[in-house]
Amino acid sequence: MGSSAANTNGVGRRDLIKRSAALGLIAVPTMGFLASCASGDSGSDDKTEKGKKSDKNPLAVNDSAGLDFVLFDGGFGTEYGKDAVKLYEKAYPKAKVKFSGVEKIQSELQPRFNGGTPPDLVDNSGAEQMDMGVLVGKKQLADLTPLLDAPSFDDPAKKVRDTLRPGIVEMGQYEDDACYVFNYAYTVYGVWYSQTALDKLEVEYPETWDDMLSVCAKAKKQGIAGWTYAGKYPYYIPFSLFPFIGKIGGREVLDKIDNLEPNAWKDPAVKAGFEAYYELFKKGYILKGTPGLTHIQSQTEWTQGKALFIPNGSWVENEAIKTTPKNFQMKVGAPSSLDKSDKLPFGALWASGGEPFIVPKNAKNPDGGMEQLRIMLSEASSKNFTAKVKSLSAYNGGTDGMKLSTALQSGVDALAKAGDNVLNPRLQDWYVELNKQKIGIGVLGEMMAGRMTPAEAIKKCQSYADATAKDDSVTHYKHR
Amino acid sequence: MQHGKYRFIAGFLIVPLAIYAVFVIWPFVQAIYYSFTDWTGLSPDFKMVGFDNYTKMFDDGTFWKSAQHSVTYVLLLPVVVLALALFFAFMINVGGRRRKDAAIAGVRGSAFYKIVYFFPQVLSIAIVALLFQFAYNPRNGAFSAILRGIGLGSVQPDWLGDPNLALWCIMAVLVWTQVGFFVVLFSAGMASIPKDFYEAALLDGANRFTTFFRITLPLLWDTVQSGWVYMGILSLGAEAFAVVQIMSVGPGGPADSTTVLPLLVYQKAFRDGQAGYATTIGVALLIITLIFSAIVMRLGRRERLEF
Repeated sequence: MGSSAANTNGVGRRDLIKRSAALGLIAVPTMGFLASCASGDSGSDDKTEKGKKSDKNPLAVNDSAGLDFVLFDGGFGTEYGKDAVKLYEKAYPKAKVKFSGVEKIQSELQPRFNGGTPPDLVDNSGAEQMDMGVLVGKKQLADLTPLLDAPSFDDPAKKVRDTLRPGIVEMGQYEDDACYVFNYAYTVYGVWYSQTALDKLEVEYPETWDDMLSVCAKAKKQGIAGWTYAGKYPYYIPFSLFPFIGKIGGREVLDKIDNLEPNAWKDPAVKAGFEAYYELFKKGYILKGTPGLTHIQSQTEWTQGKALFIPNGSWVENEAIKTTPKNFQMKVGAPSSLDKSDKLPFGALWASGGEPFIVPKNAKNPDGGMEQLRIMLSEASSKNFTAKVKSLSAYNGGTDGMKLSTALQSGVDALAKAGDNVLNPRLQDWYVELNKQKIGIGVLGEMMAGRMTPAEAIKKCQSYADATAKDDSVTHYKHR
Repeated sequence: MQHGKYRFIAGFLIVPLAIYAVFVIWPFVQAIYYSFTDWTGLSPDFKMVGFDNYTKMFDDGTFWKSAQHSVTYVLLLPVVVLALALFFAFMINVGGRRRKDAAIAGVRGSAFYKIVYFFPQVLSIAIVALLFQFAYNPRNGAFSAILRGIGLGSVQPDWLGDPNLALWCIMAVLVWTQVGFFVVLFSAGMASIPKDFYEAALLDGANRFTTFFRITLPLLWDTVQSGWVYMGILSLGAEAFAVVQIMSVGPGGPADSTTVLPLLVYQKAFRDGQAGYATTIGVALLIITLIFSAIVMRLGRRERLEF
């Protein structure tokens, strides 16, 4: 006995156990995890009652209602949020604020949105950001117009709307005039460099592409690469490439790309921009090994002086702070001019909101969420934010009398120089998949690694954009 | 004592079966149901869209790339891992030189090797992936340093940044983490093979090669087969997902060259807000997994040996 070889007919005991074990094993990796987000009930109706409207309380917040505030705990930390909560509690001593710093926004909040019990205010940011396009398309967000039209915290004669930097309100708008997203931080994108490194080479920041190439050539002779970028996350390349294209061909080129118009990528400005960047690869001005580096690794190579330029956003100062030498003098530059026929003058650059705050439509206390934002948009809170995280906020100005770091000051200067020529490409917040997976990783990363020519790259970008335009499951947006 | 037997068995099984039904079967049914909806995962409203998700999937180039990579993994990984593990386990347990007191023994220091092989198994897959991410750094990672050290300074691949290399780099990490477990598993299996068999083989003048293929492997077949299924599931599911998610460019790149099905499910559900479409890909993954298990079960069926 003890043999099961005899059981050739029918299912033997061991066979049964074996098969059920195999089935169980299959179940877990394939679909088990999707089950955890099975759909819940629709939104709850137990909204908090409105409070009494007054000069101090223009949004009519119920002063004893609780507030549930979830902040993304990333490069900026949570301290600025905690400080703002303290101010809220001071204004409404009876209110109980539940504040949580969360790193994985989507994992924690997706079930709550799906179940109809989201928090009252969310900083929807980071690698696990929930797709704004979907949230707006599915009517999950509250319109923030009441906040924008409320008197500002510091000056009752001014609306909140009038205290903001350019592009902030526009960035929160999707298909109508309603503003669904409020970007609290203000990011300057562009070509980041070290003034010290340029001084050592005895060159100025190159304002024309010819100068750019000669600076890179000079650096190469000394064994320094011209450029590096986050090769593992090639969707950092657009931070300097997109405004470069916008500068060459004007704002309309970028708008057409964002609107997914046919042949938008075939504009001569795109071709010129791609070819200029491809030349950096061809001439060997890109740090060796860059396609295999993460954003942190490439930033470290850059702060160690192995490369001069890196496409990035103003969070890099805080993010790279540990590896940045004291005398680095970090600065941001606007994209160089390609030639005299450029549509926009030198100085045009990409600046736009970051740290998108949302007030969910199904939240219990949406007024409280907006009031918290209004408090954060006071001059004092804004200054506190800038001092703590080394980034500008959506509040226009408010840096007077503050001692700014070199990087922050260069951002302020760049904005002043840009004036009205602030560009704001929307691909990255409207079409996450198209921007990251298709164009970033699929095309730009390949082109900059020298595995795709600019002509092929343009063709691919256009075909990906066309596919997204045709896809009915994606909500489409247009510049207005 | 036959009457009431089934009632007795059912009484014991009802609770576990109910739990199984609620937590395993029901999610399956639900997932299949969701695959016919336009559920976003971010809002409780959705509607039925028929086979839209399936037509979309068949037109999705990234899906086909992912499926191709997942199938590559499920075909290659078990072969490589199990072959290496069998080889190591054999050398540790049987393959040593004959010593005076024992007819069979492992190579010198085998006890030590057994522990070393098992090391990767105690590290979480996330940590392993992170460590290798540093090792694959083309600027100052270990592998590039080794190449420079042996005078191959001119060969400096981008490792994970190179679409022709990235998939294999990631596969190597999976092999590295998994081999140790199977070495230990097979060692245990080999320990239960009676020593007389080996002694008899020795007397007949069998060499290591014949000993392995005529004695060890046939007697170990059941264990190998379980390992095969287990390894297949790992390479279709969670482990492959984790390393690709953490290590690869993008993740999933460069240019879709490393993406796998579970990663695509994750990205669709948790990045693009297309949970309905994600479940559709999940169903495809389920079908591939079922086909894989069916093939393994059929191929592995043979007369069980008794001893």
